Amino acid sequence: MQMAASFKVWANRFRFRISRPHVVMGILLLVLLVALVIIPFLRMVHDTAVWQEADTRISRAAKPGEWTAFHYLRVFSGRLSAVIFYRPLLHSLETSLAISFLAMALGGLLAWLVVRTDMPFRRAVAVFAVIPYVLPSYTLALAWLDFFKNERVGGAAGIYQYLFGAPTPDWLAYGFLPIVITLSLHYYPFTYLLLSGALVSIDAHMEECGEVLGASRFTILRRITFPIVLPALLSAFILTFSRALGTFGTPYFLGAPVRYFTLSTTIYSNIVNRTPAVAYISALVLILISMFILYANQRLIGSKSFVTIAGKGFRHRLTPLGKFRYPAFFLAFGLILLGVFIPLFLLAWQTLMLYPNDYSLKNLTLHFWVGKSDPALAEGESGILRNLQVLGAAWNSLELSVLVALVTGLTGIFIGYVAVKGRKTWLAAMVEQGSFLPYLIPSIAFGAIYLSLFTQPVGPIPSLYGSFFLLVLVCMAKNLPFSARSGISSMLQVAGELEESAVVAGASWAKRFWKIILPLTLTGSISGFILVFIATMRELSLIILLVTPTTRTLTTMTFRYVEQGYAQFADAIIVLIVLIVVAGEFIARRLGKREIA
Amino acid sequence: MSLIEIENVSKRFGTVTAVDCLDLTVQAGEFLTLLGPSGCGKTTVLRMIAGLEMPDEGLIRIKGKTVFSSTEGIYLAPGKRGIGLVFQSYALWPHMTVFENVAFGLQVQGVERNELGNRVHASLDYMRLQGMEKRYPQQLSGGQQQRVALARMLVTRPSIFLMDEPLSNLDAKLRMEMRSEIKRLHWESGATTLYVTHDQNEALTLSTQVAVMDKGILQQVASPHQIYRRPANLFVADFIGSPTINFIPGKVHREEGSLVFRNEDLVLPAPPEEDLAGKEVTAAIRPEDIRVLAPEEGKGPGGEVYSILPAGAEVILQVKKGNLLFTIRVMGEVSFEMGEKVFLQLPLEAMVFYDKEKGTLLYPSREQKNGSRAI
Repeated sequence: MQMAASFKVWANRFRFRISRPHVVMGILLLVLLVALVIIPFLRMVHDTAVWQEADTRISRAAKPGEWTAFHYLRVFSGRLSAVIFYRPLLHSLETSLAISFLAMALGGLLAWLVVRTDMPFRRAVAVFAVIPYVLPSYTLALAWLDFFKNERVGGAAGIYQYLFGAPTPDWLAYGFLPIVITLSLHYYPFTYLLLSGALVSIDAHMEECGEVLGASRFTILRRITFPIVLPALLSAFILTFSRALGTFGTPYFLGAPVRYFTLSTTIYSNIVNRTPAVAYISALVLILISMFILYANQRLIGSKSFVTIAGKGFRHRLTPLGKFRYPAFFLAFGLILLGVFIPLFLLAWQTLMLYPNDYSLKNLTLHFWVGKSDPALAEGESGILRNLQVLGAAWNSLELSVLVALVTGLTGIFIGYVAVKGRKTWLAAMVEQGSFLPYLIPSIAFGAIYLSLFTQPVGPIPSLYGSFFLLVLVCMAKNLPFSARSGISSMLQVAGELEESAVVAGASWAKRFWKIILPLTLTGSISGFILVFIATMRELSLIILLVTPTTRTLTTMTFRYVEQGYAQFADAIIVLIVLIVVAGEFIARRLGKREIA
Repeated sequence: MSLIEIENVSKRFGTVTAVDCLDLTVQAGEFLTLLGPSGCGKTTVLRMIAGLEMPDEGLIRIKGKTVFSSTEGIYLAPGKRGIGLVFQSYALWPHMTVFENVAFGLQVQGVERNELGNRVHASLDYMRLQGMEKRYPQQLSGGQQQRVALARMLVTRPSIFLMDEPLSNLDAKLRMEMRSEIKRLHWESGATTLYVTHDQNEALTLSTQVAVMDKGILQQVASPHQIYRRPANLFVADFIGSPTINFIPGKVHREEGSLVFRNEDLVLPAPPEEDLAGKEVTAAIRPEDIRVLAPEEGKGPGGEVYSILPAGAEVILQVKKGNLLFTIRVMGEVSFEMGEKVFLQLPLEAMVFYDKEKGTLLYPSREQKNGSRAI
């Protein structure tokens, strides 16, 4: 009797617990995360250890579907392993490290100049400093090619040769150096944003204490300021490193011509050359490196994240630069010029040139924008604004970006709801941590994972390869960490009592969500929506493996045009993307400002 | 009639027991305050009555109807319990106007448009918020926001008002004003009110009954007068009253046929209770019950003035005797000086005795009347 009664109490308690809305939703989200991240990942791991259909070309012993260590042996200790694995790995690591350090130096310097010195035009510099981050990552690579390209890849040479009359040396045109320079100029805004945020939010009193005790400005910077912002600096490093590791466009455009392959570009070429298992193993290595770094980051700064951040800006006394005021400004201005304006100008100019390598004014044309098909030019492709393929791709891009932004943003709000309502329950913790997982997986590897899972039917789900839906899924999954974070932070702004008041008034869950939670979180999420829109609009690494001619987007069109050597078309599309993306960024900022006001 | 009945209710958060086997009954029309230090479980009790929190065990009845039972698996949603709730933060919806905030509950109930308008206006008028309908909560002062929260609670005509520290976000002056507002509300509506606070002044001035809680356990339920005059245990005695009550440790001895209370520093007559003989006890006396006499007038235990803290209408005096430090409240002014020798009078009828180990009340027992004592 006693036992039965206490079991009943226990069962009722369980029933009550799981019937609460945030628990129901948490379970659904957990299922979603397993389906979007865990299962694809396991499937990819499985595929690395099983004979593939394609392997019958390489090995007689191949029995498709059976277990084998063949792929691992081939990648790690085979005859070709130096070429297909170790060298690309080395290239990936050396470029990512160099990019991270350079980007950190540039971003850190800029942040300090903008936040803490009396450099002139600080506001203007602050506005433009983050633009590179908004642009597609390979914009600079294409601009670099326009300037430095030599005859190695065919097609016309760049401005360098026009100016100096000699072909650009390979080391300057392709490979390590240009990859590092272009990507550093693209990624420095991470450091800039994180560090300027940290610098603004340090309690000014902490530095003033040092000053009162007689420390010099440099001592204060070294002994007080620097240690406090160190965690922010480290996260910037991690962020840059893992992004650089997973990016595909730039290393491909600038590395492939001289066979300077990185892990991300070998993943692509192995998929194209139908040795997917090798690609998956490379992807796995990328993921492991990413995870290791994030883990190290956690160990290093996890406990040390100084929450001196009081949530408000402090008035800091600015360091006078004296006679270096203008030199500092020109430095910052030059950085922005190199990272934004010169590349965009080069690209735009290129699209207006009828014949490449002729930089005279009479060579200018709008053919590549609005021209009709002319068999004498580019095999009769018409200008991009009347080219049905390009317009179709533009439509795909817009549709994809809008859809992904909405779905991901909404999912982010749901995740925020579960995480905040269920604080301290394991379910909420699982959902919150789980939504972070895609962050660990570099973009190109994520694409590879989805490719491995969805080329065949999975249970009741038909093969999704080639479908628009698959692109939506992969973009949503990859952007989830970002929107989950913004969902959680906007949900934290909404006091639980606001919903509870509605509960007491008798409102159903749907009504509460629609009338209270959504309106209150939406204002905090709209800029997040737009950022996901932007990220999807310029996405290449993630979807390059998954698009087919019917689902191609603007970014993949650019890629094809570059491969075919039609720089004008490629550049024109890039300019189009940049226009859309920058417009989005400014709308987001406007809304962001309004929220703060 | 008992309107709210709580039987054997427990609630744990992880390993922390927030509420432990609580039994509490609230009579219709009562103003009951749950009082205790922060983290004592008082808010959890309120939230369980509201239905926002699910007890792990136990039974809750409202108006005779079971709204929660762990054994029968009954759980009634908050909206169906006929309650109104005001939060400490007011929890006004920032994206809705004052009118929309107040109207929400009626909309959910599907109240017809005209009637809805009338009731919202009536409720706003009652809280003296005419002309504020179109404003947003952020445009109101703290006191006005508080009134909107009360109007929102009133509009659905609940028979039970639940209030969770509604005044702690207000400044001292507004708090006084809103106290009388809430008291008027209770008196005019006749609704049973359950009020949570950590502020003993609020509890003592507003309530008809006070329930003191500590560490999830109910310590005492009684009228404000009883709670102050005859605290059920050492915790309640110490928690209620500012400055705090004086505790004097000692032992009851039988000397020359009568009982005396004695420690190293003083000897006092003990209450005539044979059971007390030989017991270690803690005697307690309120600061205002001790009389201080100048050396020339007095005899009895003497001590030195340790500090003098004037506070307008009264003076708080500390007198040191051996290891004991007495806190004494004297109305008006005093002419003593620091370090001066004075004599203390500790009248037996003002003293309460507790078991030193268990902290339970020994004398006067609850049944004993003590008519001679005025507040």
